[in-house]
Amino acid sequence: MGRTLAEKVWEQHVVRRAEGEPDLLFIDLHLIHEVTSPQAFDGLRMAGRPVRRPDLTIATEDHNVPTVRGPISDPVSRAQVETLRKNAAEFGVRLHPMGDAGQGVVHIIGPQFGLTQPGMTIVCGDSHTSTHGAFGGIAFGIGTSEVEHVLATQTLPAYRPKTMAIEVKGALPYGVTAKDLILAIIAQIGTGGGQGYIVEYRGEAIRALSMEGRMTVCNMSIEAGARAGMIAPDETTFSYLKGRPHAPEGEAWDQAVEYWKTLRTDDDAVFDRVVEIDAATLTPFVTWGTNPGQGAPLSSVVPAPEQFGDPIERSAAERALEYMGLTAGTRLTDVEVDTVFVGSCTNGRLEDLRAAAEILQGRQVRTRTLIVPGSMMVKLQAEAEGLHEVFKAAGAEWREAGCSMCLGMNPDTLAPGERSASTSNRNFEGRQGKGGRTHLVSPQVAAATAVTGKLTAPADLV
Amino acid sequence: MDAFVTHTGTAVPLRRSNVDTDQIIPAVWLKQVSRTGFEKGLFAAWREDPSFVLNDPAYDGASILVSGPDFGTGSSREHAVWALQQYGFRVVIAARFGDIFRNNSTKMGLLPVVLPPEAVETLQKAVEADPATEITVDLSEREVRAVGEAWSFEIDDYTRWRLLEGLDDIGLTLRHADAIADYESGRQPWLPKTA
Repeated sequence: MGRTLAEKVWEQHVVRRAEGEPDLLFIDLHLIHEVTSPQAFDGLRMAGRPVRRPDLTIATEDHNVPTVRGPISDPVSRAQVETLRKNAAEFGVRLHPMGDAGQGVVHIIGPQFGLTQPGMTIVCGDSHTSTHGAFGGIAFGIGTSEVEHVLATQTLPAYRPKTMAIEVKGALPYGVTAKDLILAIIAQIGTGGGQGYIVEYRGEAIRALSMEGRMTVCNMSIEAGARAGMIAPDETTFSYLKGRPHAPEGEAWDQAVEYWKTLRTDDDAVFDRVVEIDAATLTPFVTWGTNPGQGAPLSSVVPAPEQFGDPIERSAAERALEYMGLTAGTRLTDVEVDTVFVGSCTNGRLEDLRAAAEILQGRQVRTRTLIVPGSMMVKLQAEAEGLHEVFKAAGAEWREAGCSMCLGMNPDTLAPGERSASTSNRNFEGRQGKGGRTHLVSPQVAAATAVTGKLTAPADLV
Repeated sequence: MDAFVTHTGTAVPLRRSNVDTDQIIPAVWLKQVSRTGFEKGLFAAWREDPSFVLNDPAYDGASILVSGPDFGTGSSREHAVWALQQYGFRVVIAARFGDIFRNNSTKMGLLPVVLPPEAVETLQKAVEADPATEITVDLSEREVRAVGEAWSFEIDDYTRWRLLEGLDDIGLTLRHADAIADYESGRQPWLPKTA
């Protein structure tokens, strides 16, 4: 019987297999940031252990960093960033600190450097590590104990998750983005729907996505509960990688591509679960609640809790509407927004900024609008194209790179009761600031919303 | 890691689903570089509401959390596990857990127990009716016992053994250092290096 892509990549990385034990899996790339690493480095120090493979490890500063120029004013944030600097120096790990041209959100810089390649295993102490699966590897988030484990051994003990195929048939209609697609998928299968699975996204609509779009889709796999999400590599993947600083060159490139082309699910392979999505039926999608599964087409209304048959979902909806300050039956396009955030590891890449700029060109924003590039490289590229001038002329704020308002660990937060349209990945209670209310949207919807002050699809702009 | 064999204690009923790790410990608490002091941040936003169940003195001293489904979804922050443990919890019972949270828990010796929704409901009702109700979570027998009933739960043999013995994963893996070195010598030559 044939094998799925996930099975092929997994098998390629098994260091040791023994009856009744998890596989010991080799990790090809370990990404580090300041928040989930300090206690792991402490653990190494206490046990007198070195980092086994600093040459497969890379660190950056992203969660705490301010997005306005200057030093970190919060002393606790500053101490955490300084701790990473000390640890990186002591253990010999390459670090891209604030101010460095290579600095940025950890999931933006890996692909940008060409460090994220097909068939690799990639981990990071951050759940959105699933982003990197867009290149056809297995990439997943881990906790601090596992960060320490990977630092010490470059391996992880793990049971292979089950496999799920999400087949996206047909083509996405004009104006419907990768973000709308993944929000619709999560609404369909639920926040626990992917639990215990590695998801492979397949089908015509997936093949048609750019690498940026594929990263957006894989990024939010975790919001459906999946361990990882992945997409088989193809010409789109290869042409994205070619010429990047860490991509193979010359003969090595040819060898690599030859191998990468084998990284696809065999025709006779069987998935543990298959979900089908009809791309042609999709429209711009937004969340109305406090988990990413509580979403609906932007053209619809805030649902009534009574619509949910399951009592647990019903009470979750009741609670969500109360927290969000929404009334069932309200048209989503009537929901007024105070702040728009464009950025994050979900939608902070150049393509996302171009999409927002296209809509903001020649228009004015009515909300506080933060445009935060995912990395310094994205920032420089955007400025080379003049996108920053479009944003500034529209009245939006053009910021430095970082995680920013996705989780509000830096000063970019919502005030209690404030409502955002955000291109990030989580609408949890208080995620963007205590008492803040988040609607997850695509960059296009975010930009259109900034123009009108209400949740708006670009097609509805006059 | 402390060993976990069996534990008997009182419980807190948390009647919420999708208890994400941002609720368990908000991001502002993640700026600490130590491993201690997180109990103060546990459910920090929800605890501001006087009617939140953890503020009910009837549940003081409870060591088992009985939650709605999809507990520990979202962010990979292990701080969520540290906060629960440092507050005094040894066990979380729910119908489904976020994968990363469940992994993190077993690395730290906080036992995540998956029971069917009906069993969770029975336990929540019993604890709401009488907060002094004791629940026994027996890892060696893979069984939860309370109110005259018993429910078995699944946990893989390896994780169970590691928890029963209180063993540190890194030490176990380093026993296979030779296998790791063998694997490393056969990796594809084009794979990237950061340095």
